[in-house]
Amino acid sequence: MVERAEDEEKWLAAGIAGLQQNAFYMHRALDSNNLRDALKYSAQMLSELRTSRLSPHKYYELYMRAFDELRKLEMFFKEEARRGCSIIDLYELVQHAGNILPRLYLLCTVGSVYIKSKEAPAKDVLKDLVEMCRGIQHPVRGLFLRSYLSQVSRDKLPDIGSEYEGDADTVVDAVEFLLQNFTEMNKLWVRMQHQGPAREKEKREKERSELRDLVGKNLHVLGQLEGVDLDMYKETVLPRVLEQVVNCKDEIAQFYLMDCIIQVFPDEYHLQTLETLLGACPQLQPSVDIKTVLSQLMERLSNYAASSAEVLPEFLQVEAFSKLSNAIWKVIEAQVDMPIFGAVTLYSSLLTFTLHVHPDRLDYVDQVLGACVTKLSSAGKLEDSKSTKQIVALLSAPLEKYNDIVTVLKLSNYPRVMEYLDNRTNKVMAIVIIQSIMKNKTCIATAEKVEALFELIKGLIKDLDGDLHDELDDEDFKEEQNSVARLIQMLYSDDPDEMLQIICAVRKHFLTGGPQRLPYTIPPLVFSSLKLIRKLQGQDENVVGEEASASPKKIFQLLNQTIEALSVVPASELALRLYLQCAEAANDCDLEPVAYEFFTQAYILYEEEIADSKAQVTALHLIVGTLQRMHVFGVENRDTLTHKATGYSAKLLKKPDQCRAVYACSHLFWVDDQDSIRDGERVLLCLKRALRIANAAQQMANVTRGSSGSATLFVEILNKYLYFFEKGNPQITIAAIQSLIELITTEIQSDTMSQDPAADAFFASTLRYIQFQKQKGGALAEKYESIKV
Amino acid sequence: MVLVLALGDLHIPHRAPDLPPKFKSMLVPGKIQHIICTGNLCIKEVHDYLKSLCPDMHVTRGEYDEDSRYLETKTLTIGQFKLGICHGHQVIPWGDLDSLAMLQRQLDVDILVTGHTHQFKAYKHEGGVVINPGSATGAYSSITYDVNPSFVLMDIDGLRVVVYVYELIDGEVKVDKIDFKKTATTNSAH
Repeated sequence: MVERAEDEEKWLAAGIAGLQQNAFYMHRALDSNNLRDALKYSAQMLSELRTSRLSPHKYYELYMRAFDELRKLEMFFKEEARRGCSIIDLYELVQHAGNILPRLYLLCTVGSVYIKSKEAPAKDVLKDLVEMCRGIQHPVRGLFLRSYLSQVSRDKLPDIGSEYEGDADTVVDAVEFLLQNFTEMNKLWVRMQHQGPAREKEKREKERSELRDLVGKNLHVLGQLEGVDLDMYKETVLPRVLEQVVNCKDEIAQFYLMDCIIQVFPDEYHLQTLETLLGACPQLQPSVDIKTVLSQLMERLSNYAASSAEVLPEFLQVEAFSKLSNAIWKVIEAQVDMPIFGAVTLYSSLLTFTLHVHPDRLDYVDQVLGACVTKLSSAGKLEDSKSTKQIVALLSAPLEKYNDIVTVLKLSNYPRVMEYLDNRTNKVMAIVIIQSIMKNKTCIATAEKVEALFELIKGLIKDLDGDLHDELDDEDFKEEQNSVARLIQMLYSDDPDEMLQIICAVRKHFLTGGPQRLPYTIPPLVFSSLKLIRKLQGQDENVVGEEASASPKKIFQLLNQTIEALSVVPASELALRLYLQCAEAANDCDLEPVAYEFFTQAYILYEEEIADSKAQVTALHLIVGTLQRMHVFGVENRDTLTHKATGYSAKLLKKPDQCRAVYACSHLFWVDDQDSIRDGERVLLCLKRALRIANAAQQMANVTRGSSGSATLFVEILNKYLYFFEKGNPQITIAAIQSLIELITTEIQSDTMSQDPAADAFFASTLRYIQFQKQKGGALAEKYESIKV
Repeated sequence: MVLVLALGDLHIPHRAPDLPPKFKSMLVPGKIQHIICTGNLCIKEVHDYLKSLCPDMHVTRGEYDEDSRYLETKTLTIGQFKLGICHGHQVIPWGDLDSLAMLQRQLDVDILVTGHTHQFKAYKHEGGVVINPGSATGAYSSITYDVNPSFVLMDIDGLRVVVYVYELIDGEVKVDKIDFKKTATTNSAH
C-alpha cells in the first residue's frame, strides 16, 4: 500500500533524513574505530529501508543512498580484515542486529569482504547469503536486498579464469548462485501482482514495470560469465530459466523475461537451442504478446544472418526455418482469438527472416505466404486498416529484397494473399508493385509473365467487384492510370513473336478497363505496337512464316480494332491522332490499302466527331502534315484524300484559319523529294484561293469593325509565293510576287488599315530576306534579281 | 551569362516512362534561369517536375499535351535576344527549314525553338537561328527513326549565344556546341 504522492515525498524526505543522520554517527564511530557503535548506527540507518510506504521509484532513491554508505562501511571492514580482525567473527557479529533486513544487508556487505579475503570458498559464502535472503518475503524490500547481493557479488563469482575459481569453486557454483537469486527474485516480483485491491491493479503493474530490470539483471550477469558456454547454457541455464518463466504463470514476467533471454544471450546460442526456446512459447500464458517475442527473436536472427555469410550454414544445419514456422503455426493454432493483425505480423517477421537467411529459397518464401493465406482464408476479406497495412508490408518485403518483379511473380501464393485485400488496398499494392518495377527498370519479357503481373495489378486495370465509382479522387485516378501507362514501356521482348504475344495480352486486359481508363491505356499500347512494326520493317518480308509469326499487317489489324475501342469513351481527337500515326507507319511499310484505311478512319472522325473550331484547326494541321509526307499512295487515292483535305480547309469557321489551312494545302501538291508530286498549277491555285480568302477577311473586317484588319495573312502568303518560287515552280511569276509586294505595301500605308507592328515587322523581315537572297549569288540571286523591293 | 534550357517532345507516359537517369542527374534546380519547352510533355506531373528545376518556364502546345491552355506560339526576350517557341506540328511541311524560317520572320525573333520531329537541329540563316532540341526522352517518332534522347542548353551572353546540345548515344552523354553571334544592328526600325 502506498501513500499519495505528497505523502510519499514526505516519507522519503523523512527516510533520507533518518538515513543521513545515522550515517553521520556511523562515520563518527568508524573514525574512532568503534566497531560496536558503527554496527549499531549502520543497523539503524538500514532500518529506514524497512519502510512499506514508498513506491519502488522512491524506495530506489533511499536504497541508493544506503548503498553509498554501505560502500564506505565495506571499506572499513576490509581495513579491519587487513589489520588482522577475524572476518569470520565479523560475519558472526553482524548477525546480532535486531531486525532482519538490516542484518541481511550487513551480512551481504561483510560477505563481500569475506569472499575477497578467500578465507572461505566463494561458493559457500554465496550459498549462505542467497539462502538467508529468503528471510525477506516482502516483494519490494526483497527485490532490492537481492539486488544488493547481486551487485556486491558481481565481481567475486568463481568464473573461469577468475581469482575465485578453485578446485571446489567453479563456474557451476556461480551459475547456481545466480539462478537461485534470479528464481527468488522472480517469485517476489510476481507476488506483487496479487497484493492489494483489484482496483489498484494498474498502479501495481506500473510499479512492477519499474522493478523489472532488477530481475533481468541476473540474466545479464549470467550472460557475461565466461564459463557459460553453449553447453552450460543449453544444459543448465536455459532450462532452469525457462522453467521459472513458465511456472510463474505471470504474463508480465513471462513477456519481459522471454525478451530478456533473447536480448542477453548470443544469437548463436539461440540458434542452437531454438527448439527449447520455441517449445516454451505455447506453454506461456495466452495473454502474453508472444508475437512480439517471436518477432524479436526472428529479427535478431535475421540480423545475425546478415552480419556474415559464414553463419548461414548454421541456420540450415539447425533447420531454423522449419522450427520457427512450426512454432508460429502452433502459436496461431493455440491462440484462436488472436486477431488477424497479430497473425500477419508474425508471418511478416518470419518472411523478413526468410528473406535474410534463405533468400534463394523461394519455396520457403512461398511457404510463408501460403501459411498466411491459410490463416486469412478463415477470416475473409480484411476490413481493418492495421491488418491491411501489415499485409502491404508483408507483400512489399519480397519486392524490396529481390528488386525484381520477375522473381516475385514466381511466388504462387503472392497473388493469393492479394485476394484478401479490400479493393482500395489492392490498388495501393498494385501501385507499389509498379513503382518497384519502374525504380529497378525491370523488363518483363514474356507474355506469361505479363499475364501474371496483370493478375496482381488487376485492381488498376479494371473495376473489381464491389468497386464504387465515385470512391476514387480524379487526381488519384489519373495518377494510377498514368502509372499503368508508364508500366507498358517496361514490357518488352527482343523476339518479335513474343512481343506480339505481349501486346495481345496487354490489349486483352486493357479492353476490359472501361471508357474511363482507355484514353490512358490505349496510347502506350499503340506506340508499343508501332515500335514493333518499325522493328519488323527492317526484316525480310519474304520470309515465309507460319500463321503465328508477327507481321506488320497483323499488327495493323490489331491497331485498327484497338483504336476503334476509343469510340466508346468517346475520344475522337486522340483516336484521330493515333490513326494518323498508324497511317504514317503503314506508309513506311508500303502498305497502301492499310494507310488509306487509316486515313479514311481519321477523316470520318474529323467529319463526324470533331466540331470544336480550335480542335479542327489542329486536326487539319495533323491531317495535312501527315498526308504531305505520304509517298505510298497512287494518284487516285492521293487525289481523293487531298481533295477532301483542301475541302475541310476551306470550310473552317474563321477566315484566317481558312486562309492558313488552304495555303498549307499547297504543299500537298509539291513534295520536294518526289518528282511525281510537283503540280505547280495546283500550288498556285491554292495560293490564289488563300489570297481570295484573305481579301474576304479584309472586307469583313471593314464592314464589321470599320478598319481593314491586319496585313499579316498577305505577308504569309507572300512568303509562300517566295518559297515555291525558289523551288522552281514555273507558275509562280515574278510579276505575281511583285504585285503582291505592292499590294501589301499599299495596304500597310493606307489609312484604313489598322496599325499592326507585328505585320509591319514581318513584312520588313520578308523584304530583308529577299535582299539576302539577291546577295547570295549564283542561280538564286539571278532569280531574285528582278524583284524590286 | 544566362542559361536557358530548351527541351521537348518527352511524350510521358505514352511513349516513354521518364527522362533518362543520366539527364535527370544533370538537371539540378537552381542552375538554370529559364526553361523553354516545345510541347508534348504530356502530363501535369512532367510540367511540375520541370517547374521545380526553374520557375520561369515557357511551354507551347503540342498535339498530345493534356493541358489545353498552353499557347500555340510564344515569344520572350532574354538579354539581347528575342526568342520564339512553337511546337512545330503547325508548320507544314514538318521539319522544313524554309517554312520554319518563315515562322521566325513572322514572330520577329532571333532564335526560334521548335520541336515535333524529335531530331536535334541547329540551323543558322541570315534571319537568325532555328533550334530543335529533339526529344528529351528519345520518344518514338513517325518522322525520325532511331531517336536519341537530347536537349539543348543555351548560354546567352551579350550578343553571343552558345548552344550546347546534349545527346544520349549508346548510354553515354555526348556534348556538342555551336556558336552564334547576333549583329548589333536592330532588325526593325520604326
